[in-house]
Amino acid sequence: MNKGRFGRFGGQYVPETLMNALDELERAYNEAMADSSFTEELNYYLDKYVGRPTPLYFAKRLTEYLGGGKVYLKREDLNHTGAHKINNALGQGLLARRMGKVVPVTSGTATLKDATNEAIRDWVSNVEHTHYIIGSVVGPHPYPTMVRDFQRIIGDETRRQVIQAERRLPDHIIACVGGGSNSMGMFYPFVDDNTVKLYGVEAAGLGLDTDKHAATISKGNVGVLHGMMTYLLQDKYGQIQPVYSISAGLDYPGVGPEHAHLHDIGRVHYTSVTDNEAMEAFEMLSRMEGIIPALESAHAVAYAVKLVPQTSKDDIIVINISGRGDKDVQSIARLKGVNIDE
Amino acid sequence: MNRIDERFDELKRHGKKALIPFITAGDPDVEYTMNAVRALESAGADIIELGIPYSDPLADGPVIQASSQRALKKGMNLDIAFDMVQNLRLNTSIPLVFLIYYNCIYQYGLEKFIEQCGKAGVDGAIVPDLPYEERQALKPFLDDAPVYFISMVAPTSAQRIKEIASSAKGFLYCVSSLGVTGERQAFGSNIDAFMEKVNLYSAVPTALGFGISEPQHMRRLGHLADGLIVGSALVRRIEQGASDRDIYEFMRGLRMALDECMEQTMEDNR
Repeated sequence: MNKGRFGRFGGQYVPETLMNALDELERAYNEAMADSSFTEELNYYLDKYVGRPTPLYFAKRLTEYLGGGKVYLKREDLNHTGAHKINNALGQGLLARRMGKVVPVTSGTATLKDATNEAIRDWVSNVEHTHYIIGSVVGPHPYPTMVRDFQRIIGDETRRQVIQAERRLPDHIIACVGGGSNSMGMFYPFVDDNTVKLYGVEAAGLGLDTDKHAATISKGNVGVLHGMMTYLLQDKYGQIQPVYSISAGLDYPGVGPEHAHLHDIGRVHYTSVTDNEAMEAFEMLSRMEGIIPALESAHAVAYAVKLVPQTSKDDIIVINISGRGDKDVQSIARLKGVNIDE
Repeated sequence: MNRIDERFDELKRHGKKALIPFITAGDPDVEYTMNAVRALESAGADIIELGIPYSDPLADGPVIQASSQRALKKGMNLDIAFDMVQNLRLNTSIPLVFLIYYNCIYQYGLEKFIEQCGKAGVDGAIVPDLPYEERQALKPFLDDAPVYFISMVAPTSAQRIKEIASSAKGFLYCVSSLGVTGERQAFGSNIDAFMEKVNLYSAVPTALGFGISEPQHMRRLGHLADGLIVGSALVRRIEQGASDRDIYEFMRGLRMALDECMEQTMEDNR
């Protein structure tokens, strides 16, 4: 009863039609993860197809430029397909095949919120033979747990790599938060290490004092959307409000329920940076290190720009570069009024 | 006694089935909805479902989604809906049931919602995204509430049917087929087996909904449940500018088909 809770968050707020499918998915997922043939196959593809492990790169020039602790970049941008999303897509894809279910292809139009609504509606119609892949740590149980587990490889690798390089754990870890899958995957293996400070960076868009942002934890309150109880941007009648960010990946009016819980218990510090700060960080990292971060990841970099100068030289900071920014170059050029041929 | 119980008792005495139309409250405006409720009642509706518009109605198909958007644009909200019901109660005692997504209740406050339902005269609440397990957590508030939280079962409920159906109050909302709300052409044969199982366990009358939109559906499905729910077909007519008279005529046609079906069944049984 009342499964899949992170404190008061999470749950299974979905139409009755989906309830047995969620149970079935949970069982199949638990069985798969306990089955070495499944995990071996997953690891095989993570290794040979995705190209894991991704490097943990010591950003020397960035470190010197920011003038604080040592900055490392977790290079999820080097994954095949260019972002951390593949970790989960691969896991759920193999799981769906194991369950003998088709994966419905849904095209995300409009916003992530509307695409999620449409995907759930489609799933209610075809629930018996299809698996619906949720790409972030959101949705009804078991999705937030399952997606976190498929993404925790980011944090597990980081932990090993930092210890190998520095013989100790990092002091600060920074990741961007939309739905929150890259950050949850990065944070999770460090949650019990109280010396490691964790920072989740939301999209402040045009500013938290405007209505053009997507800073769900910073500005939202508790409600129910897409099958989960979590923080939402909504009005007093529970109508979900339009959200905005320069980055499509952070443009979501909710957040994963485990993040909501980590905020409640004060384990993760959630903060936000504006479009402009993210764009500056995008350019800065590109010039400084020759690494073009996704606009999403640039939010994490932008917060590092604020945080790192206040840290001591001995501190170790990890920024999760969740994806690469080639995809964003066109839109940034457009925003800056630069004409480039597509 | 809750008006829903009274109505089903009365229907049972007369050997009739409940006809349950759905409209979105405030689409296209409150005055229209109030007139529509009166038209539906005089055409022979037994219970009226009023949809509280929501920004993200994920159990609903395009017709009700669009209707919800129209109502929201006009500024419809839960407070206005309660006022509307209070006004309707001045001259009707037809059972009124809200179709409301859980976030709207959660933001309003569950206790305040229940209290306002009692004050205004709302007899039931159908909450499509509050399945059995999540509802259990609210049980202390719901047990003696003046408003019934209507339980739902679906064709995929399988072994869940027994537990859900045996603890239902008011009536049990039976989802006819997979998918979201919206008119359907025909219904498969598995619906008969599904309803047989549901009727076996249900502690309360059953009402079948999702896709039911024409007189011939009344004849096909009337014998399977204690009531039939008609939503999108009505909402589509409202979208197309139906007058009170149009709404009355449409509902009247369904009422007659449903009554004929029951008379036929009674004769067959004789």
